Amino acid sequence: MVKFLPLKQAVAENLNSGDTVAFEGFTHLIPTAAAHEAIRQGFRDLTLIRMTPDLIYDQMIGMGMAKKIVFSYVGNPGVGLLRRARDAIENGFPRSIEIEEHSHAGMANAYEAGAAGLPCAVFRGYRGAGLAAVNPNIKSVTCPFTGEVLAAVPSIRPDVTFIHAQKADRKGNVLVEGIIGIQKEAVLAAKRAVVTVEEVVDNFDDLHPNLTVLPRWTIAAISVVPGGSHPSYAHGYYARDNAAYLEWDEIAADREKFQAWMQANVIEKSADDFEARVEHLRKAA
Amino acid sequence: MSDNPLGFTPNEMMTIAASRALRNDDVCFVGIGAPSAACNVARLTHAPDITLIYESGTIGTAPDVLPLSIGDGELCETAVTTVAVPEMFRYWLQGGRISIGFLGAAQLDKFGNINTTVIGDYFHPKTRLPGGGGAPEIATSSKEIYITMAQTKRGMVEKIDFFTSFGHGEGGDHRRRLGIETAGPTLLITDLAIWKPDPVTKEFTVVSLHPGVTRQQVQDTCGWVVKFTEALDETPPPSELELKTLRDLQARTKAAHEGTGKAKAA
Repeated sequence: MVKFLPLKQAVAENLNSGDTVAFEGFTHLIPTAAAHEAIRQGFRDLTLIRMTPDLIYDQMIGMGMAKKIVFSYVGNPGVGLLRRARDAIENGFPRSIEIEEHSHAGMANAYEAGAAGLPCAVFRGYRGAGLAAVNPNIKSVTCPFTGEVLAAVPSIRPDVTFIHAQKADRKGNVLVEGIIGIQKEAVLAAKRAVVTVEEVVDNFDDLHPNLTVLPRWTIAAISVVPGGSHPSYAHGYYARDNAAYLEWDEIAADREKFQAWMQANVIEKSADDFEARVEHLRKAA
Repeated sequence: MSDNPLGFTPNEMMTIAASRALRNDDVCFVGIGAPSAACNVARLTHAPDITLIYESGTIGTAPDVLPLSIGDGELCETAVTTVAVPEMFRYWLQGGRISIGFLGAAQLDKFGNINTTVIGDYFHPKTRLPGGGGAPEIATSSKEIYITMAQTKRGMVEKIDFFTSFGHGEGGDHRRRLGIETAGPTLLITDLAIWKPDPVTKEFTVVSLHPGVTRQQVQDTCGWVVKFTEALDETPPPSELELKTLRDLQARTKAAHEGTGKAKAA
């Protein structure tokens, strides 16, 4: 049953070195605070799964925490490249990492299959695509009814998934709204799920009946971290900090600058520091 | 430029020429960057009812400024509906409901194959690019593909380093041979010209030069030997309305994206 915990404790109780972990959020509701807590606790040899690794995986890769990444778009969205990930892939710095690359359709189908308890996902994809030749986990099956050859990929079943969401009620049910991305599937596909939320409200009695609500018994722990998805955004709470994404391009371009930034902005900080980072973005939401 | 009283740039001509290719009843899956600008200029000029879809799940979106990423909040706020990412790719794209997939390219060959994955060898890349995202399936599940990019010899190459998204492969009926039933790339709009695939070989052929552009300029910025159609057209220059619409959109976008940074500094 779900527990409300300080983020430090929620991460310590649910993540272990060597785990396969997803920190999901499709450009919206990115669980930055949870990722930073994982960085502070110094986990190693993680297999990091995410459709769009962006800044938080760039940071975790740069800190040497990843042995493997599974992804479908390793860019800084709207800005360009991820320079710490590039340094690891191109130069093996700070360590070499294994990569398993898919398309968005492949990852989305694989998460859905994980949530559905299936061993693999089947879809019409990867036709003529070079990824099928370099990723041994992209295979094909023949439809037993029509004979059509379809792509197959293994389902994604993380040990633990972290997401950020707008709010929880006092019982621990969680609401996700706006661009909901892959949040629901990533939670249901995982053995354990940890959710950071902007706030806790008394109840969800006034919600529209078809909104995306994750029942409390699908979640291991909830931590209240206002601003916890900065520099991404939380629909209805604060806007995306586009300037931070542009700045990251410069920070991540240099190994020493990166280390200094991580020390000052992650290692020496805590989950409580996120609220102030979104203050100037609230009126724009 | 020989005759350019409005002072439009090659990039503006590219975006506007691309916007003209879209129809009011199109359902368009929009790539970020140059395609996004073209699609929104179309919506703000001759195609007000066009359905723009971004891969974050936003269907029928009408942003006031160009999104920095495919998942900006405004795309959701102005959309007819927002669906989950698996639904986006399964029901809407794979389900065959997209008429035009509009893509950009880091590297392109003459058969409309696109590389946005690596420069060099995949396992030992010289430059690791972001990769395909939604593009591999957009390229094969959309009914048609439009591509837009500025011409450079590095970008338009004889042989791409990686097949991120499949165009016409080696040309001819290569798509059919792989069981791909959609038309693939049917239009390429660059900053210098409009290209269409040859009906048989599927090699991109220049059908229209933008105002003031010479054949030599097109060849000098392209890595393969360029074919020109016999009845070569000249692209009509941007109208005042098209140019004003594009420039206003870009000015609003710039102000909006700088906004958060300024507030932070203040």
